[in-house]
Amino acid sequence: MRSPVLKVRDLHVHFRVDAGSFFRHDYHSIRAVDGVSFDVFPAETLGIVGESGCGKSTLARALLGLQRAKGGSIKWLGDEFVGASEEFLRKKRREIQIIFQDPAGSLDPRMTIGEIVAEPLKTFFPSMSRLQVRERVSGILQMVGLRGDQINRYPHEFSGGQCQRVGIARALVVNPRLVVCDEPVSALDVSIQAQIVNLLKDLQKKLQLSLIFIAHDLSVVRHVSDRVLVMYLGRVMEVADRASIYHAPRHPYTRALIESVPIPDPVRERARARRSLQGDMPSPLHPPSGCVFRTRCPFAIDRCAAEVPELEQLEDGNRVACHLHRELPPGPLPEVDQVNEEPSPT
Amino acid sequence: MTEPTRDAFEQALDTREIRGRSLYVDAWHRLLKNKAAVVGLVVLAIMIVLVLVGPMLSQWDHEIPDWDHYSTPPSLETGHLFGTDAIGRDLFVRTMIGGQISLLVGLLATLVSLIIGVTYGAVAGYLGGRADNIMMRFVDAVYAMPFMFFVILLMVVFGRNIFLIFLAIGAINWLDMARIVRGQTLSLKNKDFVEAARACGATEAQVIRRHIIPNLLGVVIVYVTLTIPQVILVESFLSFLGLGVQEPLTSWGALVNEGAQELETAPWSLMFPAGFLAVTLFAFNFLGDGLRDALDPKDRL
Repeated sequence: MRSPVLKVRDLHVHFRVDAGSFFRHDYHSIRAVDGVSFDVFPAETLGIVGESGCGKSTLARALLGLQRAKGGSIKWLGDEFVGASEEFLRKKRREIQIIFQDPAGSLDPRMTIGEIVAEPLKTFFPSMSRLQVRERVSGILQMVGLRGDQINRYPHEFSGGQCQRVGIARALVVNPRLVVCDEPVSALDVSIQAQIVNLLKDLQKKLQLSLIFIAHDLSVVRHVSDRVLVMYLGRVMEVADRASIYHAPRHPYTRALIESVPIPDPVRERARARRSLQGDMPSPLHPPSGCVFRTRCPFAIDRCAAEVPELEQLEDGNRVACHLHRELPPGPLPEVDQVNEEPSPT
Repeated sequence: MTEPTRDAFEQALDTREIRGRSLYVDAWHRLLKNKAAVVGLVVLAIMIVLVLVGPMLSQWDHEIPDWDHYSTPPSLETGHLFGTDAIGRDLFVRTMIGGQISLLVGLLATLVSLIIGVTYGAVAGYLGGRADNIMMRFVDAVYAMPFMFFVILLMVVFGRNIFLIFLAIGAINWLDMARIVRGQTLSLKNKDFVEAARACGATEAQVIRRHIIPNLLGVVIVYVTLTIPQVILVESFLSFLGLGVQEPLTSWGALVNEGAQELETAPWSLMFPAGFLAVTLFAFNFLGDGLRDALDPKDRL
């Protein structure tokens, strides 16, 4: 049995929202990440999917220590990150790197590509000579498919896909073991998406990287991931290997997500009985009682409002958080006429 | 025959690193297309050279009176191009020396406010939260102090000293700079590239130095070109009140003050310093406007 490089247990990240008046100090807590647990193994890709606002990006930032966790544990190769000093986290960021969603926005417009990619080298390896830095930078730029002669250009002279390649180069230049990709392709054209995804996969194979690949649609995640974690409103709904997620999804939310993936064939797409989810995600300020998904779940019963479902370990190693996952009928989701009533804010 | 040359050409293309055009180079090209700004720039350059070289070319000194000419009008014959003042000192030389002082006050006082203001504002904006609150309330408190009272107090306590003027004006002007820089920093610090730098292990100080301050430069340059004329005016006002530079040194403000008193008998002693002052202020303002348009083309929409 391989041992995981990253172990996340019961991670909580909360945000404060000011609710007090001028005279009274008070705040609400938003539970952006609420009790998330998972493992990442060496050289594997864990996909994380969920709608906008379900806490994916917060989770990514918390893994790097860019966002302080409220509780729980992040264990990276035996080192605990939650509660660690800023200095310690800063050193550890050499081993965990991140790729951002907005390709151009994540590059400093006043720096050349070469300077941007060299920056992590300068902070982590201050003893490297200028020539060494330069060689390393042009080597890594070639590895991500940019020409070495572009090293003195500025980000505004590149396309989105090229900027994302620079972002990848910056993440990989310090030889990390884990790269967190926070929706790396969401801002790109579909044709460019495929290039970037394939590039990441190639690099993963070459460098034996572990990847956490965050996305809001399943079709990209399906292409890259070994295992997939489905999040909803800050909680884990289901963790399963790729085959089970796509062919035997257990959680009603996973099933709804899969049904919402368009089929690139107009005839089949039109023929398909599509049941998209009704309504919007409830406000994370006032999450529903019990199972957070129950307000939009076509199968919800009374028990779902009363009891929070545990993330249950199944025989095949997958995990799911649903009271009814054994009883649910297979096949497409039933039509829902109306949205279950929203919980009243308390 | 053509084949080898093309190969050589392609080889040359492969090995040559393309030099990118930075945003500043772009801005410079845009600035050069703006006529008013270019005129402002040229006028300023001429003004600075004239003010520095002018006194050396003249046969007169700014302190020593010409005993033969009191309050004489401008004339080529006497060699007093701008005439003389009531005690016979050459006005051309005095205008140039006054210009040196005025421009020096403008530049140094702005530099003082630049250094304090940018550091203070960037730190307050980047730290945010309670630190930001305390730092900016301090700025508000200093803002509330009556500026003239403050300057007069300084002059009375420490005596009239030209460095005190730099300090006093700079100490007030940095407040504006700090506010502008703080606001800009607040919007910059939430950009992805700042987060990326933190993810790359940069310390807070490194993030401010490498990413925040370089990105503030555009706004700061514009503000500087608009602050310099403002400072020159403040100094003129102080001189007008008799709180500025000490005789025999002079500044444009002090000359305007003297000239105004002799307006009826010797109008040239007001005309020349006031004209130089006005032209310089215009030039700075044109340049500042041009820089703003050049550095932030999006804002013009």
